[in-house]
Amino acid sequence: MKKLPGVHAPHKKNTARFPAVPLPAPKLVRIPMSMHIGAPAKPVVAVGDAVKVGQLIGEAAGAVSADIYASVSGTVSKIQDSEPATGERGTIVVIESDGLQSAVETSPPEVSDLASFLAAVRASGVVGLGGAGFPTAAKLSVKDVSQIEYVIVNGAECEPYITADTRTFIDDAELVWSGVRLLSEYLGVRSIIIGIEDNKPEAIAVMKKYCAAEPIASVASLPALYPQGGEKMLIYNLTGRAVPEGKLPLDAGAIVINVTTLAAIARYIGTGMPLVSKRVTVDGSAVPDPKNVIVPIGTPVEDVLGFCGVKPETVRKLLLGGPMMGAALPSAALPVKKQTNAILAFTEADAEVPKEKPCMRCGRCVSHCPMRLTTVEIQLAYQANKPKELERLKVGLCIECGCCTFSCPAKRPLTQYMKLAKAELRNYQNLVKAQAEREAAKLAAKTAKEAAE
Amino acid sequence: MSEPSRLFVSPSPHIRHGDTTARIMGDVLIALAPALVAACLVFGLRSLLVAAVCAASCAVFEFAFEKLTKRVNTISDLSAAVTGVLLAFNLPVTIPLWQAVVGSFAAIVLVKQLFGGIGRNFANPAITARIILVLCFASMTAWTREWIPAGTDAVTTATPLAFLGRGESVSALQLFLGNHGGSLGETSALALTLGFVYLLIRRVISWETPVVFVAAVFALSAAFGLPPVQSVLSGGLFLGAIFMATDYVTTPYTFWGRVVFGVGAGFLTVVIRKYGSYPEGVSFSILLMNILTPYINRWTIKKPLGGAK
Repeated sequence: MKKLPGVHAPHKKNTARFPAVPLPAPKLVRIPMSMHIGAPAKPVVAVGDAVKVGQLIGEAAGAVSADIYASVSGTVSKIQDSEPATGERGTIVVIESDGLQSAVETSPPEVSDLASFLAAVRASGVVGLGGAGFPTAAKLSVKDVSQIEYVIVNGAECEPYITADTRTFIDDAELVWSGVRLLSEYLGVRSIIIGIEDNKPEAIAVMKKYCAAEPIASVASLPALYPQGGEKMLIYNLTGRAVPEGKLPLDAGAIVINVTTLAAIARYIGTGMPLVSKRVTVDGSAVPDPKNVIVPIGTPVEDVLGFCGVKPETVRKLLLGGPMMGAALPSAALPVKKQTNAILAFTEADAEVPKEKPCMRCGRCVSHCPMRLTTVEIQLAYQANKPKELERLKVGLCIECGCCTFSCPAKRPLTQYMKLAKAELRNYQNLVKAQAEREAAKLAAKTAKEAAE
Repeated sequence: MSEPSRLFVSPSPHIRHGDTTARIMGDVLIALAPALVAACLVFGLRSLLVAAVCAASCAVFEFAFEKLTKRVNTISDLSAAVTGVLLAFNLPVTIPLWQAVVGSFAAIVLVKQLFGGIGRNFANPAITARIILVLCFASMTAWTREWIPAGTDAVTTATPLAFLGRGESVSALQLFLGNHGGSLGETSALALTLGFVYLLIRRVISWETPVVFVAAVFALSAAFGLPPVQSVLSGGLFLGAIFMATDYVTTPYTFWGRVVFGVGAGFLTVVIRKYGSYPEGVSFSILLMNILTPYINRWTIKKPLGGAK
């Protein structure tokens, strides 16, 4: 099996040895009703309501959606449709904290079979916590469980700086293992593989100990090559299977679940406490005191930065997520979400974007693409406005991992070109489809008319 | 911090590899240095003068053309300087300087800039300029050398390929060190190989094209009844295989594409040497393969992961 390419991004796992410390209750939290892929949750609280930690405030709207729970105790002060100051769209529930963090009384849910397990996953409010935010209950609700040959626990954590998943393995080892047990018991999976990059020897050692005592899973030590944690990369590297174009991992017989996601499910099933806080790595050149912090969901990013000694005036770039795929924030008032695993703050020197130079066709974007796409031709086809060429080059497969931009010596924003090219191809395909439908309708009308005559 | 304008927003990724176009071109210049030293030993210090004139005139033409057409100035990426030195390496040391300047004009303006500048030209500028000069000027085939071993008294000499063409034997060691006639940067296989190793270590180029190119010439020379070792070490093969057939812009970017390029260029070189009216075939073969490069790329691109055929 040929190895997939990638890039040797600097690891910068400065916080790997720091167990997470809890953030003191923030003054207020701003909890968006859409922290997942799918329909936004519907608020079930009103302004003025008193809420406790773990109380349902947003109800899942449909199969692909997720419940949302209060992360602090206090009073609902506002329910906003949007927040122009930060550019947020969608409903936000604002809770003013009383500082007490008093929690609702919880009891472990009854879990005895697959249906009750899935119901518990749904009730936990858990979504893909590695960053994707896909509702986990929807992912695990497969028609036929026997389709699942492999469950891969994703602990690759290939993004530079981030150590939140690493700390989950170490700090929450018991939870991770009870999650593995749940998967083994209710999904009846033949093979559970815990994939961890080899630059996290401590996490590997911890998991190996569990696997040795109870052989229901195995640990795979993966080479630390970004984007090792990409779903398609993990499946290919651990099973030798490629997810077919336009299909799901399940079509390759695999389900990939992030380790922190798994621990959150296990916590709910063990205690009844749903997802209300998140372990977040805070690092970057503007952070004097890098840490892993347990943050109530909805906490403004600036509160977390303040806790880590960041001077606001030194920050010129603020990222939610890692430096390869994370999003740059326009405002530090934006909240920490369920799928947030890192807050990175950078100074002026690291905020600048290098100037774009002409492409010299060196092909580094091609040789570093983990999806084996021909990036150099795709960017040219996009600039020349050739959607058919984009279709032939299969730009739709791009996972937007950033390897092409990272490796380009001409400093071209290739990943951005790829995203734009994907959008252009979609538009073109929709156009072609609409045209075909129009013509089919015309033809049908014509035959109907002829038949009538 | 609550003021949004202070924060800089850009698309991911937010970190980049340290390599730049200028650093890569700088590495190529460093890799060319041993061959320039060898040229000075074999042909004298005029080699330096020719190289300097070519590099400077290439840079001036690039600057002037970009100024004239209001394009972005690309002098600082050093690609024009690389073209200049490579062009000089393809010239005889005795070339009148004005002819060298004509070569620079052909390389930078005709071959590179008229097609859109760096990254857009389909043919290697230095190779094409050399071919233009060969067709235009008789001085291009007047091979001399300064450093003459004891026992010889000739000043003007034929190139090893001319000797081989007449069926005379040539010492492989002399060929490897570079003490023989030829264009100024091509003679020392030793010095060029040092540059090759440097470029490999710096990961500027990959091994496929040069190794396959040289191997193909070796094998096919033997098949065509030419002495293989001498064939490989003479003419511009090492210079062409290491520095011209690895030009990013005009050669394939896929692994198998580079292999195909090497085989094709090697085949054409031997055929031209054996049957052509010119003794040397390296530059023509590289130019021909340059033209095929877009097709080679198209034929050899990889199937994407999970992509149906």
